[in-house]
Amino acid sequence: MSRFAYVLRLGDTSLVLAQRLGEWVGHAPVLEEELSLANLALDLLGQARYLLTYAGELEGRGRDEDALAFLRTEAEFRNVQLAEQPNGDFACTIVRQVLLDVFQVELYDRLQHSRDTRLGGIAATALRESRYHLRYSTGWLTRLGDGTEESHARTQAAVERLWPFTRELCDPDPIDAEMCAQGIAPDLDEVREAWTARVAAAFSTATLTPPAATAFAWYGKRGEHGEHLGHLLTQMQYLQRAYPGARW
Amino acid sequence: MPTEREWPLYEVFIRSRGGLDHKHVGSLHAVDPAMAIERARDVYTRRQEGVSIWVVRSADITASDPAQADAWFEPARDKVYRHPTFYQIPAEVETL
Repeated sequence: MSRFAYVLRLGDTSLVLAQRLGEWVGHAPVLEEELSLANLALDLLGQARYLLTYAGELEGRGRDEDALAFLRTEAEFRNVQLAEQPNGDFACTIVRQVLLDVFQVELYDRLQHSRDTRLGGIAATALRESRYHLRYSTGWLTRLGDGTEESHARTQAAVERLWPFTRELCDPDPIDAEMCAQGIAPDLDEVREAWTARVAAAFSTATLTPPAATAFAWYGKRGEHGEHLGHLLTQMQYLQRAYPGARW
Repeated sequence: MPTEREWPLYEVFIRSRGGLDHKHVGSLHAVDPAMAIERARDVYTRRQEGVSIWVVRSADITASDPAQADAWFEPARDKVYRHPTFYQIPAEVETL
């Protein structure tokens, strides 16, 4: 069951982030960015579908991707809390994206060599997408951070606000440790080292200052969520809640 | 140009597959060529439309004047002898 829990975490993180990015549709600053954000969302949704389908098979209780996505409450979701943080302004969305893109790139780059070849295959496909996401998000991070006085201030403020949520990304818990010991998941300490270096480089280019490490940490991957996830799910799961079992 | 409020317009050209030429597919706004080519990827190649992208600032294109079309293009109309249709094609040539 540890493997089910592990794959569920990855799938939920992609799913929740996809839903957040999708909220920009109809509201993005310009049409071109709206399409780009929607593209990222669709890539992530695709990753979530593969991962949740696989998680359902590992669980062996007959739950498919839809059952896992639409018929669980917030306490049953295992996404990292950073993914569920509200979009805020464009700078906030971009900072959240950079922090998660770097994590996904460094994770998938190692996960593609997993002893679990099904999971490795999903990671290899997702890695290509996430590399492009990172190119997009760091491009904007530089433009905003090293842009005008206002864009710099807003971007730095977003960094301060989101930074505490980064701790859980590479903080291994018993499930991560067990998966690592079995050769299924990479060593998160190694991922943290790579994540820290790459984020520091991106921040430096964008003239942003990484905050000091925070003592407090949230663990969305253990089912601890803030107030935001419940609201996100009311929208994402609206149809199944209003018309249970609806098909078309 | 910090006084410019609107992002400049770029024309987008896509090569659909190797060996074919780049074709004009549309335009978009971006602050510089690097952003233009990335947005072109997101806007115009979402359905595998291409393997290569060119972008060029619309302002850098010099175009003929449509109002002058009569003088520019009509004179070619009655010069059919400019088409290579008066040659006998040798039977041995297969792929012409």
